[in-house]
Amino acid sequence: MSLTSYIIRRLLYVIPVLLGVCFLVFLLFNVVSPDPTISMLGKHATQAQVLELREVLGLNEPLHIQYFNTVKSAFTFDFGRSWSTKQEISEMIKSGAIPSATVTFPAFIISFLLSVSISLFVAFYRGTFFDRAAVVVCVTLMSISSLVYILVGQWFFAFHLGWFEISGYEEGFPDVVPYVLLPILIIVVLSVGPDVRFYRTIMLDEIYQDYVRTARAKGLSEKVIMFKHVLKNAMVSIITYVVLKIPFLILGSLLIESFFGIPGLGGITLKAVNSSDYPVIKAMTVLSAIALIIFNLLTDVLYKVVDPRVQLK
Amino acid sequence: MMNEQKSKSLWSHAWDSLISDKLTVLSMIIVVAYSLIAVTSALGLIAGDWSQEVGPSYAAPSSDYIFGLDIFGRSVFAKTIKGTEVAMSVGLVTGILTVIIGVFLGALAGYFGGKVDEVIVWFYTTFSSIPSIMLLVGICFIVGKGILAVYLSLGLTSWVSLCRLIRGEFIRHKDREYVQAATAIGGGDYRKIFKHILPNVLHIVIINFSLQFQVAIKSEVILSYLGLGVQGVPSWGTMINDAKLELARGNWWQLAAATAAMMIVVLAFNILGDSLRDALDPKLKGK
Repeated sequence: MSLTSYIIRRLLYVIPVLLGVCFLVFLLFNVVSPDPTISMLGKHATQAQVLELREVLGLNEPLHIQYFNTVKSAFTFDFGRSWSTKQEISEMIKSGAIPSATVTFPAFIISFLLSVSISLFVAFYRGTFFDRAAVVVCVTLMSISSLVYILVGQWFFAFHLGWFEISGYEEGFPDVVPYVLLPILIIVVLSVGPDVRFYRTIMLDEIYQDYVRTARAKGLSEKVIMFKHVLKNAMVSIITYVVLKIPFLILGSLLIESFFGIPGLGGITLKAVNSSDYPVIKAMTVLSAIALIIFNLLTDVLYKVVDPRVQLK
Repeated sequence: MMNEQKSKSLWSHAWDSLISDKLTVLSMIIVVAYSLIAVTSALGLIAGDWSQEVGPSYAAPSSDYIFGLDIFGRSVFAKTIKGTEVAMSVGLVTGILTVIIGVFLGALAGYFGGKVDEVIVWFYTTFSSIPSIMLLVGICFIVGKGILAVYLSLGLTSWVSLCRLIRGEFIRHKDREYVQAATAIGGGDYRKIFKHILPNVLHIVIINFSLQFQVAIKSEVILSYLGLGVQGVPSWGTMINDAKLELARGNWWQLAAATAAMMIVVLAFNILGDSLRDALDPKLKGK
């Protein structure tokens, strides 16, 4: 099968998946979830008030219309207004994306470079004390709750030492730095453990392949083997793993943003969860699903482009 | 007969390699110890009086109060044990739910192929396209906050990777000779799936269960922290949440107790999962 027809087929497959996502979201928030008007109006609301609010929120429409509206929003990106802040949701998302990306994007780049270098180093010294120690450190880092990193990091570096701002956000380049530095650092520490461990496994998988033995038999130095052969081949798997992280960069980190008071999409989502703001939750769910689907597709295509040996199915 | 003996030797071989590694044995002991603590706590034999006021608010750890006391003068040690009960039950229940859904759907998709496969693949692609945190939130809204929501939401969101693996294994196995032989002597689909193929892919289920267990424990902590988890009973997540305000006053013991309790068991499951993979997955042997 040619690459173009593969891409077309994969693009067409997006439609049933997106319809499925919309159906699940609709099922969760329009059908089985408890009536939102009760929590919005309080216990003492009259029947008439409830009915009126339901009318305003569009909850009196027949279910198939409500489903259709959910699907429509996924294609037009018009998610309506938030129930609690009455803002246009697409506007909220637009203004939240930048603060989220300001934190996640640098963290993503730094942790990628750091993890790949460490894992190359560790794979080079495989089987030695270094290697074992690195694996133990990674697993230990992964065993501590991410909450603890955030809490202790915020308390120690921002509160106790006063190196960074404790929480908050400011727009514009130099002003933003003291607010986002610590969150970035924490995300890097959080992702280095699992990433190094994963990359190391990939590199070790490559190191035991026949072509590496051949390269060694030809008399190539270990350095050339690591950088020219192993890294290149390992990159295929690493890229597919990394690309799938990109959607989460835009979505931001729920916990980090709420702890550090960063007005990003993660914070918006968390606020919506706490106030049962269904349209915002639905919008964020559909949006992140779209991002995941697109990047999944991208990964598969990239996989093929980077490694021509991959068979298309 | 031959088959029976061979499969036994594989498992006993794996067992031998597991207990030859000291770190793995230590991990197993830790897991067993945590399980015992959880069971005795669930039976009410220990930590049943965690809500009792035993001393002054925020008493530091000492010989009287081993892990110190919290704001209401309750024993942090008893709360940590109660939290162990919550964490272990969440790990167990979500692990079991994951295995049931993942194995069932994966086996059906891989074995039958065709339309069944297409539907199941579509279903899990859809499911995995929604970030699990959003699904968790949705499920918590529906069943209400509490331990049931944690069980259901974690169980219902974490079966996809196991389902994928099992589907792949069934596709590889279904045309093998031993399955053809089973067909030849008149074995039905049900028998072939559960009696013949499933035992051959069981190692994947076991490895996945062990790794899933610790992921569930970590997720429970975050859910409880977000206020979507257990209510009215201490959990490591709510303890960490309490610590948010305590840390600035220098009260570190509640945070330390919850963090250490969680870290030890998650570390043990991580090591155990890796050792199980090395022992049971022949593809990785010798690396």
